[in-house]
Amino acid sequence: MDLGEINPVLLVASLMVAATPLLLAAIGELVVEKAGVLNLGVEGMMIVGAISGFAISVETGSPWLGFIAAAIGGAVLSLLFVLLTQFALANQVASGLALTLFGLGFSALMGQSYVGIKPPSMGDIHIPLLSDIPVAGPILFQHDPILYVGIAIIAAVWATLKYTRVGLILRAVGENHDAAHALGYKVIKIRIMAILFGGACAGLGGAYISLIRVPQWTEGMTAGVGWIALALVVFASWKPWRVLLGAYLFGGITVLQLNLQAAGVAIPVEYLAMSPYIITILVLVILSADKSSAPASLGRTFHASL
Amino acid sequence: MKFTTLLASAAMALGLATGAMAQDKTKVGFVYVGPVGDGGWTYEHNKGRLAVEEEFGDKVETVFVESVPEGPDAERVMTQMALEGADLIFTTSFGYMDPTINVAKKFPNVKFEHATGYKTADNVSVYSARFYEGRAVQGHIAGNMTKSNIIGYIGSYPIPEVIRGINSAYLHAKKVNPDVEFKIVWAYTWFDPAKEADAAKVLIEQGADVILQHTDSTAPQAAAQEAGNVVTFGQASDMSEYAPFPRVSSIIDDWAPYYIARTQAVMDGTWESVNTWDGIREGMVAIGEISDAVPADVKEEALALKAAMAAGEYHPFTGPINKQDGSAWLAEGEVADDGTLAGMNFYIKGLEGDIPQ
Repeated sequence: MDLGEINPVLLVASLMVAATPLLLAAIGELVVEKAGVLNLGVEGMMIVGAISGFAISVETGSPWLGFIAAAIGGAVLSLLFVLLTQFALANQVASGLALTLFGLGFSALMGQSYVGIKPPSMGDIHIPLLSDIPVAGPILFQHDPILYVGIAIIAAVWATLKYTRVGLILRAVGENHDAAHALGYKVIKIRIMAILFGGACAGLGGAYISLIRVPQWTEGMTAGVGWIALALVVFASWKPWRVLLGAYLFGGITVLQLNLQAAGVAIPVEYLAMSPYIITILVLVILSADKSSAPASLGRTFHASL
Repeated sequence: MKFTTLLASAAMALGLATGAMAQDKTKVGFVYVGPVGDGGWTYEHNKGRLAVEEEFGDKVETVFVESVPEGPDAERVMTQMALEGADLIFTTSFGYMDPTINVAKKFPNVKFEHATGYKTADNVSVYSARFYEGRAVQGHIAGNMTKSNIIGYIGSYPIPEVIRGINSAYLHAKKVNPDVEFKIVWAYTWFDPAKEADAAKVLIEQGADVILQHTDSTAPQAAAQEAGNVVTFGQASDMSEYAPFPRVSSIIDDWAPYYIARTQAVMDGTWESVNTWDGIREGMVAIGEISDAVPADVKEEALALKAAMAAGEYHPFTGPINKQDGSAWLAEGEVADDGTLAGMNFYIKGLEGDIPQ
């Protein structure tokens, strides 16, 4: 056992990569839930995004087109959720679960001929000077572009929700859709936009796994990240920066526990494997002691005539 | 009593024969742990299946189910295959051992072949390959290739087959490079590209410049390629799409001759429960082409090592070898017996860490 073998700089750099799929999926779901909709289909939208992005980037040779396709793929699947919950007024929990089951099966079908293929590589951004700074360089300036896109989305969601009129309206719809409706806001329309945004983010997160983190396609490769994203939104008290913190914490401990194993630390592997879940939940539960609560209309069906 | 059993089995054999005649085809089922496109373990088993089809043409019908989890699902899949009239079923992962035995009890007329396990029955054979012979060659190359003297090893599950591989690779790496150190990460999966990629990246970050894997996907190869200066070996299949670098050689499992022979035996009615453990000599384990990234003299030595094992002159576990705790295992010149190897649950001297229980 030699903890000195763990390089903290590389550890931080790789935890950011490990956290990005979770971060993307969770920030999308945060916006959806802020609008008062509970979409449990994150896992399904992620995996569909993963295969859409993989297939398109293999066919076109461009990872960028792949990511765009992934966002579209995730959003298209979330349209199904829109139809079920916003027009047919179906139960959101059941519809979301159905979306996940459907997405897992459908992606396996789409991915039949893509197993074992190498996708084109995106490459890391290398900024002269900045990337060469010791310590900060590898951590901050030597990643793939999508990782920065993820952080940018967090910042944008935070700013939009906090400072803009759009954000205010979105929150109003999520807190009390009847009041928002009475004020003349188009509740259904706003929710549809939020759901599509959530789908696109989940799709991006999925493609990040299949195109950058692994990079390869296999059935069910999102392996539950969508569910963790859902939990993360709740434990982060619907606050964007806490989502980032939670995702990095989770990603960090995931990477750290492998590092500890490789360094020969004498903790049973099973404990190491469960540690990311426990520690992330613990930290976020402690943080959420400030009594911030869920959007009041979360999960409730809205019908204008009622 | 004996006579009646004989009669009964004769009648059964007759029934089977006529049944088979009515179907006119021998039906062979395959249960796979990963997708056929994994590029590794399952891919090679599927190649064996295709070879059976090619060999027997119209006389045989093959069916397979891929990505079957090791557990109750496996039992369900096997039962279904048996009910659909399979005459011979190959179950191709260690974790199918108990399900295979359970299902075999219910279908005494169906022959089962379980890969890499150790439980047999009247209608259950076991077969495996001596992968540790290939690991010896890998260890030799790895010990020569590493500059950091750190070799990363991605283990799947802590079962004898995997531990044998680690011991064999370590033994032969140590022989050519006394400073070599193994870092072992247990992935607890046979096939999960995301986990395998993470494990490979962590090992690389901790200084490993050679990665050996006992998991089935090509994800560690991709991680090594990205890192740029890390050597890997194809596992179970050639993985030649990553040659000549990072993949410098590979262990290839060749199941085709065995599958053809066993199918033939079922057709001829000569099938018996056997315990097969073949290696380089029989051709069940092959060494993939050693690429030019390996220095010529190392390549030559590796090939000589392979030839010695093929000729039966050299056994990878030849004493003196001590166990990790320092107690003696093999005396000078002593060769490990198959029983100990089959149940190997200890590291040899020099390896660090504990085997997870």
